[in-house]
Amino acid sequence: MSSEVISSGHSACAGCGEIMGERMVLEAIGKDVIVCQATGCMEVTTTPYPKTTFKVPWVHVTFENAASVASGVVEADRKLGGDATVLAIGGDGGMMDIGFRALSGALERGHDILVVITDNEAYMNTGIQRSSGTPKYASTTTTPAGKVIPGKLQWKKNIARIAVAHGAPYVATASVGFPQDLAAKVKKAKSIRGPKLIHLFTPCPVGWGFDSSKTVYYAKKAVETGLWPLYEVEHGKLKIDQKPSFAPVEEYFKGQKRYKHLTPELIAEIEKHVKDRWAELEKQEAAGINLQLLP
Amino acid sequence: MVGGIIKDVGNISSNKTGSWRTFRPVVDKNKCIGCGTCKMFCPDVAIEIVDGKAIIDYDHCKGCLICKSVCPVGAISSEEEAK
Ligand SMILES: Cc1ncc(C[n+]2csc(CCOP(=O)(O)OP(=O)(O)O)c2C)c(N)n1
Ligand code: SF4
Ligand SMILES: [Mg+2]
Repeated sequence: MSSEVISSGHSACAGCGEIMGERMVLEAIGKDVIVCQATGCMEVTTTPYPKTTFKVPWVHVTFENAASVASGVVEADRKLGGDATVLAIGGDGGMMDIGFRALSGALERGHDILVVITDNEAYMNTGIQRSSGTPKYASTTTTPAGKVIPGKLQWKKNIARIAVAHGAPYVATASVGFPQDLAAKVKKAKSIRGPKLIHLFTPCPVGWGFDSSKTVYYAKKAVETGLWPLYEVEHGKLKIDQKPSFAPVEEYFKGQKRYKHLTPELIAEIEKHVKDRWAELEKQEAAGINLQLLP
Repeated sequence: MVGGIIKDVGNISSNKTGSWRTFRPVVDKNKCIGCGTCKMFCPDVAIEIVDGKAIIDYDHCKGCLICKSVCPVGAISSEEEAK
């Protein structure tokens, strides 16, 4: 079987949240799209030459330059009178670490592109190495929880805020657990000229160590616990899209092998961090600050 | 310079990933309300709604069982795949 945008037969793992997210994004954009895909699971599992899952124009670029290639593609498309949505898409490793300079350059130059980060919180395709998107205390193969460290020691990089600081006219967070919200954001982004960025939460059953049937469960739990806020920033104005029920963060950690070493103290630290961040988020929304004008 | 061009889009469907399955989702047609929630979340594009009922493409379904976990009316159960 197949949808308008991708077909069955790709080799993404059973229950992969990343391919789920990529399909949702492409379905929301529609056929008039040119995809510039960074290396990672979404290239390796979808397009083992000469086969591909994609049914829309799609180009694989190197790990570090999806945003640069998209910049060139969109300028050429516009010169030729086109109006395609040019999508730069890649993982947390591809966009938040190694392709970060290319991303920053593209946002600053102001190309009319949509950037989507399919964030599974580690370098999954090469064996679960930590990235700047890996959350604090998650165990990865390069931050193994044990006697020496309790997993990664740093908080997750806030890439959405970094995009806002570039003056991007539209920046949003989303989760594959909430497909209507995601589709609405993609469509909003399509309607705005200039660089747009959507930071999309895409659970990985293999890298996080949970049963393949639970991908949507965790994609929702992350939002309900407040760990993954759903918001958008349009021309600098913040809007919270969903107020969480603030279920205990423990409900989200439970059943994920990458978090099985968490102690009550570590959980309490994360819980506090979530509450503190939400307090700031709500203050900013209420104050109606233009985040782009912040000096 | 271009590395390679694939013109036959979606041609990866010749890979029959159904062979990966250890558990098989089974739709109870009497319970299915055809809402499409399972289809929306299926990572393998292996569910279609035909005549108001979910139909699973067993040639490609990898058996992740997300469909079973998201179905709002519990219309999908699972069975161990015969060896
Ligand atoms: C310059 C360069 N360094 C390293 C690699 C090896 N590599 C391929 S995919 C990958 C991990 C990708 O991680 P991420 O961007 O998070 O995507 P994911 O696989 O998690 O979807 C790495 C390190 C590469 N292809 N190119
Ligand atoms: S390792 Fe994770 S992100 Fe990569 S294909 Fe498998 S489930 Fe998807
Ligand atoms: Mg990743």
